[in-house]
Amino acid sequence: MPPKTLYDKIWDAHLVHEAEDGTSLLYIDRHLVHEVTSPQAFEGLRMAGRPVRHPEKTIAVPDHNVPTDPTRIQGIKDEQSRIQVEALRKNAADFGIEMYDVDDVRQGIVHIIGPEQGWTQPGMTIVCGDSHTATHGAFGALAHGIGTSEVEHVLATQTLIQSKSKNMLVKVDGELPPGVTAKDITLTIIGRTGTAGGTGHVIEYAGSAIEALSMEGRMTVCNMAIEGGARAGLIAPDDKTFEYLKGRPHAPKGAAWEAAVAYWKSMRSDEGAHYDKVIEIDAAEITPVVTWGTSPEDVLPITAEVPAPESFEGGKADAARRALEYMGLEPGQKLSDVEIDTVFIGSCTNGRIEDLREVARVMEGRRVKDGLRAMIVPGSGLVRAQAEEEGIAQKLQEAGFEWRMAGCSMCLGMNPDQLSPGERCASTSNRNFEGRQGYKGRTHLMSPAMAAAAAVTGRLTDVREMMGDGVPG
Amino acid sequence: MEKFQKFTGVAAPLPMMNVDTDMIIPKQFLKTIKRTGLGVNLFDEMRYDREGNEIPDFVLNQPAYREAEILVAGDNFGCGSSREHAPWAIKDFGIRCIIAPSFADIFHNNCFKNGILPIALPQAQVDVLMREADKGANARMTVDLENQTITTADGETFPFEIDAFKKHCLLEGLDDIGLTMEKARAIEAFESRAAAERPWM
Repeated sequence: MPPKTLYDKIWDAHLVHEAEDGTSLLYIDRHLVHEVTSPQAFEGLRMAGRPVRHPEKTIAVPDHNVPTDPTRIQGIKDEQSRIQVEALRKNAADFGIEMYDVDDVRQGIVHIIGPEQGWTQPGMTIVCGDSHTATHGAFGALAHGIGTSEVEHVLATQTLIQSKSKNMLVKVDGELPPGVTAKDITLTIIGRTGTAGGTGHVIEYAGSAIEALSMEGRMTVCNMAIEGGARAGLIAPDDKTFEYLKGRPHAPKGAAWEAAVAYWKSMRSDEGAHYDKVIEIDAAEITPVVTWGTSPEDVLPITAEVPAPESFEGGKADAARRALEYMGLEPGQKLSDVEIDTVFIGSCTNGRIEDLREVARVMEGRRVKDGLRAMIVPGSGLVRAQAEEEGIAQKLQEAGFEWRMAGCSMCLGMNPDQLSPGERCASTSNRNFEGRQGYKGRTHLMSPAMAAAAAVTGRLTDVREMMGDGVPG
Repeated sequence: MEKFQKFTGVAAPLPMMNVDTDMIIPKQFLKTIKRTGLGVNLFDEMRYDREGNEIPDFVLNQPAYREAEILVAGDNFGCGSSREHAPWAIKDFGIRCIIAPSFADIFHNNCFKNGILPIALPQAQVDVLMREADKGANARMTVDLENQTITTADGETFPFEIDAFKKHCLLEGLDDIGLTMEKARAIEAFESRAAAERPWM
C-alpha cells in the first residue's frame, strides 16, 4: 500500500461512499452547533419532518452573540441575540441535543469547550458551522467549518458531501527565539503563503517547533489554517495529546482508553507520504509579528515599518492602499510607534489558560496604561475558573484589565463588545477585516504576550523589550 | 431548490481582492433566524453610510447595476467566516453568478447549496470580463451552465470548468439531503463497521 498522510488516513477511515467523479460521502463523528449558524438548519429539519440522526454526536453552546458582562445571567438585553439563544435552547431540547447553556460553567467558545470536554479526539471528523473549527485539528482530527445547509445535512444524515482536498505540509523546524509564540508561527505562515495559499488543501503542521508546542499552542496554530485558505489544519497526535485528553469528561475510559490510544498512535503520516505542496520555515527566524492591514496576510515583524502600497504587485497594491487608508497608517511609519486605544485578549485563537498565563507573565509588576480599555474574555467558564484559582484573574484585574465572562466577544463584535469608529485595537483574535471588531474599527492581530506589552505602553510594542522574568518562551 | 437555467443579465464590477464575508454581510445581520430578507444589507458597510443613506459611488447603488445578476470580482472572493448569510444575502439581492480568479473554500460550497454559480477563471480572463462589466447596463453577459460558457454582449465566449456533480445538482435544483438519504443503507453499514472498529467514538 502506498504511504499515506494523516489526512489520507482520516479520510479513508470515514468514507461512506465514493462516486466515480470523486464526490464522496464522509461520515462525521462529532458536530458542534452554536446559536448563530444553526437556527435555519433546525427550521429546515422541522419543515421536512426529519429527525436528528444521532443527537448524541452533537453538542450545542451559545457563544457568538452572548454578552460577556456578568449581568448576562439575568437575561440578554439585545432582543435578537436573546431570540437566537432561546431558539438554540428550544432546538437542543426538541431534538435531544446536549447543551451547555449561558449559566453553565462549561459554557464557552465552541472550539475551546470541544477539546476541554474531551469531545475532540484524534482521528475523528469534526464539523461546526464556524470557520475556526480548524482548531480541533491540533488533536489530529479532521475538522472544518461548514455552512448552515451543511449543518442541516449533518444533523439529518451524520454525513457530509465532500471532495477530497490536496495535501500540504508546513514544516517548522528549530527552536523558537524568546518572546516568540504559537501565534507568531501561525501569522508568519500566513504572511508567507497568503490568505489563498492553502486554498484547496488540508495543511499538516509538522516539525520540531510544532512538536515542542503545548496543546494550547497547537490549537492556536491550527485555528488560523482557515486564514491561510486551507480547509483544515492538522497536527499528528502524540503523548502530549493523550496526556491532555486523559480523564476529560468525554474521553474514553478504562479498556476503551487503551484501545483508543493504540488507534490514535497510528494517526500520523507514513514515511514518504506525498504532499502536493511543502513549505519549510526555520523557527529561529520567526520574530514577534503584528498585522498592519485588513487581511491576515498583512503580517510584519514588530520591528518593521508600514509598507508602501507600491511595493506590492497587481491587485495587492490597490488592496494595500485601501487597507492603509482604512487603518489610518502612513507608509514608512514605524509599527512600534502606532498608538492603540483598546486591548482585546480572548477568542478561539487565544482564549485558553496558557494564553492568560502568558499575559500574566508579561504583566508581572506592570500596569495597563491609563486611559486604555483592556479586556480579557476567557474562552470558557472553566478557563475563567482556572485562572481565578491560579490567582491570575485577580492579578490581571489589579493591573487594570476588565475580567469578563466567556464568549466570542470582540473577536467578531456580535455582542456589545465592539470598537467605535476609528478606535485601534491590539487583538489576540484571528481576523483584521474591515469592520470586524466594530464599524470602522482598526484591528492589529498579535500574540497574547504582544497584546499585553501593548497594554502596558499604549502602542504596538516588541515584547522582547520587556525581557527578563516576564518573557514568555 | 430552483433549477439553475441559462440567463442573460447585467454584470457588476467589484475589482477588489479578498472580498471577505464580513464585507458581504456584516455581523449585525447574522442575528436573524431566517434565510431571507438579507439582500437589502448585502455589502452594507460599503453600500450605506452610518445614517443608512446610500453611498452613490458603490457599484450596486449605481443605476446601471441596481438589478445586477452577475458579480465580477477579485481573487479569493468570500474569504473569512462560514456564514451562509453571505450567499443568502447575495441571492436575495438577485445575484446568481459570481466570477472571480478564485474563491474561498467554504463560501464556494455554500454558493452551490443556494443555487448560486461561482465561476473561477484565470486572472487575465476575469480582467477582460471586468472591463466588460465596467460598460454598465449595456454590457449584459449570458451564463450558460449546461454548456459551461459565459458570453459577453459582443459575442466573445469564455468556457469554464465546474465539478460535474455540483453542476448536475444546480441544473436539476437537487436537495443534497434527499440525495444522501438515498444512501441510507451505506451509512448504516458504515456505522456498524465503525462501531466494531472504533467503539469509543
